[in-house]
Amino acid sequence: MQTHSNQDLRNAVQPARVNRRLYTDPAIFELEMERIFGVAWLYVGHESQVRNPGDYFLTQVGRKAMVVTRDETGKLRVLHNQCAHRGAMVVASDCGHAKEFQCVYHGWTYHLDGRLKAVSLNHGYPQDFDTKSPKTSMLQVPRVESYRGFIFISQAESGQSLKDYLGHMATSIDDMVDRAPDGEIEMAGGVFRHAYNANWKLYLENLCDAAHPWFTHRSSIDAAQQQSDEVYSDGTGEIAIRQMRQNGAPYSFWENQVGIWTYPNGHSYLGDYHDDKKLVASMEDPLFREYIGILEAKKGKEEVKRILEVRRWNSNLYPNLSFMSQFQQLRVVHPISVNRTVVSTYNFRMKGAPEQMFRNTISFANIVNGTGSLVLTDDLEIYNRIGIGLGSDGADWIEIGRGYLSDVRDEFGGLKGKNSTSEVYIRNMFDAWRGYMLGDEASASQMKASA
Amino acid sequence: MTATATKIDAGLSRSECESFLVHEARLLDDARFDEWLALFTDKAHYWVPSEPKQQSPLDTVSLMYDDRRLLETRVRRLSSPRIYSQEPRSRTSRIVTNVTEEGANGGETLVRSKFTIVEYRREEQRLFAGTYFHTLVGSGRNIRIAFKRIDLVNCDAPMDGLVVPF
Repeated sequence: MQTHSNQDLRNAVQPARVNRRLYTDPAIFELEMERIFGVAWLYVGHESQVRNPGDYFLTQVGRKAMVVTRDETGKLRVLHNQCAHRGAMVVASDCGHAKEFQCVYHGWTYHLDGRLKAVSLNHGYPQDFDTKSPKTSMLQVPRVESYRGFIFISQAESGQSLKDYLGHMATSIDDMVDRAPDGEIEMAGGVFRHAYNANWKLYLENLCDAAHPWFTHRSSIDAAQQQSDEVYSDGTGEIAIRQMRQNGAPYSFWENQVGIWTYPNGHSYLGDYHDDKKLVASMEDPLFREYIGILEAKKGKEEVKRILEVRRWNSNLYPNLSFMSQFQQLRVVHPISVNRTVVSTYNFRMKGAPEQMFRNTISFANIVNGTGSLVLTDDLEIYNRIGIGLGSDGADWIEIGRGYLSDVRDEFGGLKGKNSTSEVYIRNMFDAWRGYMLGDEASASQMKASA
Repeated sequence: MTATATKIDAGLSRSECESFLVHEARLLDDARFDEWLALFTDKAHYWVPSEPKQQSPLDTVSLMYDDRRLLETRVRRLSSPRIYSQEPRSRTSRIVTNVTEEGANGGETLVRSKFTIVEYRREEQRLFAGTYFHTLVGSGRNIRIAFKRIDLVNCDAPMDGLVVPF
């Protein structure tokens, strides 16, 4: 494996193009795991998964297996799922409730916060063997914080606060939660885990890409446009087909009616591109009328107007999270290796909303996030093709320059594309990449915009 | 129970069911998807759960859950020259076996069977296995699928994209 100096890495990211090795070089991947995933705030789960002390679930953070739990005092804890004795995985069930964690190899037992509780055959150890020491604990992640139910960790002892990391993008999480009439959402409805043979960065790069549906999703757009609405549907197919048809919006629509916004730390969101009455909360649809009525009774007309005017499609928090509020979807990126990635996708139920809203969330998840979806399968194919293309020793550079000359400052300190087809969100992610990898504070595109 | 009632509820014979399932598997292996679609009733559902023993397709996500309308769209897309996830096309080989009738009621026969599917595409071969549940109606050459449930043994595993129907 070749090693890279910081100067090599710095040279690999130009303002409007990047070196393809950033997607294919195992040595760079190792550095990313250390300098990005080892430091940045990462989404690990939602508080509705650990409501009560003793509740826990397992998750994969970067390449690390972790247990997220709530201890006896109600505090959130995130532990590496490794026994301090011989390193065995301690917790084996995906989720559950426990009073303590016990390794079934030799019975070492841990408190919910990871401290060692009991050791079998505790005799004859060297003098420095201390059951109170962090060395004999399940290793705890130093920083765990949640924002409105969304749990994040940082594996760095100190650094940017979660609040500063989120910045203006906290408003996207607000949008996710504010839409629930009772002011609370809960994770529900299962999970998809889909995989592809290419680099982890490609996933978030695609989720705000307004220019690909016209080409990539052509087969499902055509098939949906040709579908007769007279044919029987229990509602599931209707949601799916309406969504596929919306992907066929022409470029003029993307150029003029949708926006793309980016913010520090690599975050971005794409404006909502839907005008279908069943896909955006409109008074033309009886279900949305019922929902808006409930929301207004709880929050008042003015607040509901404010909530529904927030029109965002995917919001991406670099480096591992993407979510969308309209249909309560969330995806987490798990880098496996430089050319293998798994994405877990989740759904939320809005408390107090009509149950049919949640069922529509499920139908929507099947079509946009499903491993067997008519849409997502073409995205996975594209990631695989990029993996193959970039893995070939041909041209060294790839272009991320669309919209470069027309990006504009945003009132909240970000940079927005003149229209939604700008690749500003990719440039913005590489700015963050440089920040994490090299400590570069100022970024090429941000400097250019303020010049 | 009267003799008449017994006859009505007897449903299809095991060999009729097995012949039908073999025919269906052949249509899928031969990529004759339009003919496969024609095996389904006008109000049929096609379901590949994402969880073992999944109770409902309505409140938990599914690898595939198609009402008749979405199933038609799925099949139409399969024949599109621009379905890039099928360029190159997959080749499949299916074995359907262990066919048992699980009950018959009101002209419907519930049939359980085991399957293995080998899918080859772009230098990679994948193996799928699991259990089919077919709710069949009609008789003779007019047997139709009212409901098909496909339980993959690895339904909750991380998976690459699933395009060819099971």
